[in-house]
Amino acid sequence: MSFFILIILFAALGILLGYAAIRFKVEGDPLVDKIDAVLPQTQCGQCNFPGCRPYAQAIANGEADINQCPPGGEAGITALADLLGVEAKPLNEENGVEKATLVAVIDEKTCIGCKLCIQACPVDAILGAPKHMHTIIEAECTGCELCLPPCPVECITMEPLAKTLALWQWDKPTTSQQKVVS
Amino acid sequence: MHFLTSNAPFIEPQNSIQKMMLWVLIALVPGIITMIWQFGFGILANIIICVSTALIAEAAMLHLRGRPIRPFLSDLSAVVTAVLLALALPTIAPWWIPFIGAFIAIVIAKHLYGGLGYNPFNPAMIAFAILMVSFPKSMTVWMLPYSMLPAESSFSDLLPIILDQQPKQAVVDAMTAATPLDEMKTQLSLNQTIDEIRSLSIFGSLSGQGWQWVSIAYLLGGIILMFKKVISWHIPVGLLTGLFTISFAFYLFEPSVTPSPLFHLLSGGAMLGAFFIATDPVTAAATLKGRFIYGVLIGLLTYVIRTWGGYPEGIAFAVILINMTVPLIDHYTPPRVYGHK
Amino acid sequence: MKLWHFNGGLPSLAEHKNESVNLPIEIAPVPTRLIYPLRQHIGNAAKPLVKVGDKVLCGQKIADAQGMISAPIHAGSSGTVISIADHLIPHPSGFSAPSITIETDGLDNEIELTPHTSFRQLAAGELVDLIREAGIVGLGGAAFPTAIKLNTQGKTIQIDTLILNGAECEPYISCDDRLLKERANRVVEGIEILLYMTGAKRAILAIEDNVPDTFTSIQAAIANNQNPIISAAQIPTIYPTGGEKQLIQTLTGKEVPSGKIPADIGIVSINVGTVHAIQQAIIKGKPLTSRVVTITGEGVNKPHNLEVRIGTPIKALIDVCHGYTKHAERLIMGGPMMGFALLNDEIPIVKATNCILVASKQEVVTEKQAMPCIRCGLCASVCPVSLLPQQLYWFSRSEQLEKAERLNLFDCIECGCCDVACPSHIPLVQHFRYAKSALKVQNHEKHLSNVARERFEAREERIARDKAERAERSRKKKAALKSKPAKEEIDAAVNRSKAKKNSTEGED
Repeated sequence: MSFFILIILFAALGILLGYAAIRFKVEGDPLVDKIDAVLPQTQCGQCNFPGCRPYAQAIANGEADINQCPPGGEAGITALADLLGVEAKPLNEENGVEKATLVAVIDEKTCIGCKLCIQACPVDAILGAPKHMHTIIEAECTGCELCLPPCPVECITMEPLAKTLALWQWDKPTTSQQKVVS
Repeated sequence: MHFLTSNAPFIEPQNSIQKMMLWVLIALVPGIITMIWQFGFGILANIIICVSTALIAEAAMLHLRGRPIRPFLSDLSAVVTAVLLALALPTIAPWWIPFIGAFIAIVIAKHLYGGLGYNPFNPAMIAFAILMVSFPKSMTVWMLPYSMLPAESSFSDLLPIILDQQPKQAVVDAMTAATPLDEMKTQLSLNQTIDEIRSLSIFGSLSGQGWQWVSIAYLLGGIILMFKKVISWHIPVGLLTGLFTISFAFYLFEPSVTPSPLFHLLSGGAMLGAFFIATDPVTAAATLKGRFIYGVLIGLLTYVIRTWGGYPEGIAFAVILINMTVPLIDHYTPPRVYGHK
Repeated sequence: MKLWHFNGGLPSLAEHKNESVNLPIEIAPVPTRLIYPLRQHIGNAAKPLVKVGDKVLCGQKIADAQGMISAPIHAGSSGTVISIADHLIPHPSGFSAPSITIETDGLDNEIELTPHTSFRQLAAGELVDLIREAGIVGLGGAAFPTAIKLNTQGKTIQIDTLILNGAECEPYISCDDRLLKERANRVVEGIEILLYMTGAKRAILAIEDNVPDTFTSIQAAIANNQNPIISAAQIPTIYPTGGEKQLIQTLTGKEVPSGKIPADIGIVSINVGTVHAIQQAIIKGKPLTSRVVTITGEGVNKPHNLEVRIGTPIKALIDVCHGYTKHAERLIMGGPMMGFALLNDEIPIVKATNCILVASKQEVVTEKQAMPCIRCGLCASVCPVSLLPQQLYWFSRSEQLEKAERLNLFDCIECGCCDVACPSHIPLVQHFRYAKSALKVQNHEKHLSNVARERFEAREERIARDKAERAERSRKKKAALKSKPAKEEIDAAVNRSKAKKNSTEGED
């Protein structure tokens, strides 16, 4: 008798669970989109993939590790680790080192208007035409440095962004019990 | 002229952990004095052993964990934990009971969970629970109040028990007994009615002899704390309301075999628990609405354990169990923010 | 008058008003230099209208507003512009920013003013323009361009209540209080102007109940004015009752919905110093060139309430106060709860400056040691916005900033009540400021990433499109070549090039 009761109970619970699985299912973004949202979109190729989206795809497929992105840095690796539920690890030195954000600057005296850098820029941040002066649109430059190798006269340098009041940040206060004297 | 800079606000904070803990200790003084008046100086032995063990254990753990010792020791939080544990233990418990208890409270229940501010369970209650489960005999032998002792006997007759020796059996029989709560539970299980039980000499007009005055003293201390704004009213009122409501309901239902709500409120650790133990800020709920619910839940669970559980006193286990639900309570009781619905 | 209460607050904050509340306003002398950072208001920086070497008069507009949310700047005295360059600005970052420096000539010649004593003959819109042209911004500390606040044209919600904020709730500051004691009549006239402009049905001038003399003075001025819809209210002295949202709740019981402005619930709240400036601008035609500042603290020999020309370096004011004492430890612009410490006294007074507190070691805490949070909840019980500072602290500390944002971090007014109440001495406001600025930068970086992604994808698309078009064209050409006889094509091409050659030769 109790055997039948148990069977009915298990069946009822099973139906309930099945219903809940369908009714309360959470539609999420595909994993690739989520990973791509975390990557910094520098499109530099230091990860050995031709852009951030292919790298995201590779991570989702398990073909690439999460520590190959220098512009994303440690924060990016931690975010990817949290997203995928894996251990964070240090940046793979073979791909590069984490640097402060830099923007490219063209020395206009030296530029010969050859267009090679314009073709190299992955986000079209260089303005110019053949035999005309080229210039970097600072607001759009991601600091990927792909324009440096093609330039035949080496007129492009990387410089740090000027500190502006709008993007100034307060320091994080210490969270240990050390005395702060000022 | 050049100046150094620092950050706002620039003024001295109004409060400190030390001030709060000091007020808790001051508010416990009426209760301690009443305990000494009713039950002799045994309580002081408990307090001294607990406090010294706690301070040494805390200093050792801080050193092992690489934390600065002076600020943590001087904030008196270990002292308060130790004193509360000492008050919960029997006054004639062997010396190693408060010693082990204080050790467990500070080392295991506090520091192994992360130290001040990080422990999820009330340290004094964890220690009490572990002692209760591990040494039930030593934890259930309590001294009778002076009003019930034979003439010319005093606390010092029971001193050997504290020193872990056995005094004469006659002395022990004459001067010790279970607590009134324990006695009530035992008698009820023997199918005595309330009227018959209450006529026993161990019970006074309000609850247990001697214990009723101690409970009132704790109530007084608790009111002092509320006035000084060291604790908010939510947890004590919640706990006492919860305990009162459920005991009143059952009392109305079957008065002949249910102790009155007043008995429950003034017995055992109800008052001490309501004002001093459950209000431990680290382990209690953080939001005000949540605190009231937290108090009510402890009150309800205390009654359940006292009436149907395996132990005569439910406060310790109730507090620990409801500590587990605190993150959930906090999650569902955020205050309404200005400008939001 | 019926009053409501806001949650929390610090009723027993030591007020330190006695040091300065009985000092009448004195006029500070014009300094040798006046320095004007181009952004001393919320919104875009002003654009300079003068060049180095130009001679200017007092009240002359030297920088114009840029865009809608901006304000012009006027010279505080006559003199010569000696530089338009980066100068240390009064900001916690210690940054420098473009500023106009004027060397005064001591003559203090003023431009010709255009008074409008009968302001009711002007339309409300014209008055708004006058206020905007006068460079008036919120003098209570926010420095929001007042003209935008008062521009009620085209708004669907009718302004019902005008609140005049005289509740100087921060310790030490008494500049608004002295203004109300000494110049209440001007303030009341300013209220009349505002009532006319906004069409509000009532005006309430609120002050705290720790200055009963001021209440008498205001009541006299209001009675004198004989407008029944203007009244004065004494509110309980609880910090931060002078905060706009808390004041509105105290006086009307209404809450400003999060993300909205008081005008959305039919209320406009203006600081009494701003009202005084509006009155001067309309009735006398004077642009905003001076304001009352309290200089106090144990670090100056003689505290003062001074009417100063905006742009005066702080050092000049300290000299008026007989210099520093040997106890001067911090130079704070603002009050001890929400002000910020400055690096040196070359920094100028700006429009938003209401107090310079030169604090001694006893008046400020120089050594802080934060203990762990004991979850006591005192922070939540004093928060005037009913936030959970404890949870915000945990999230900020563990870098879970999005969670903090979801718990309404940006509703925090940074009043400092939680800091002062915390028994563990945790620098809570610092954590919230850090979290807010980190979130702002994070959101900005996310925005940049999104734009970069869009540009990258657009570029990929463009390259693919070009490739496809080229492939299509060459396919078409190959197909075309196959269909026509080759000779005809070649002849046609040859003729075309011959014709072209002839026409270019003809042009030469």
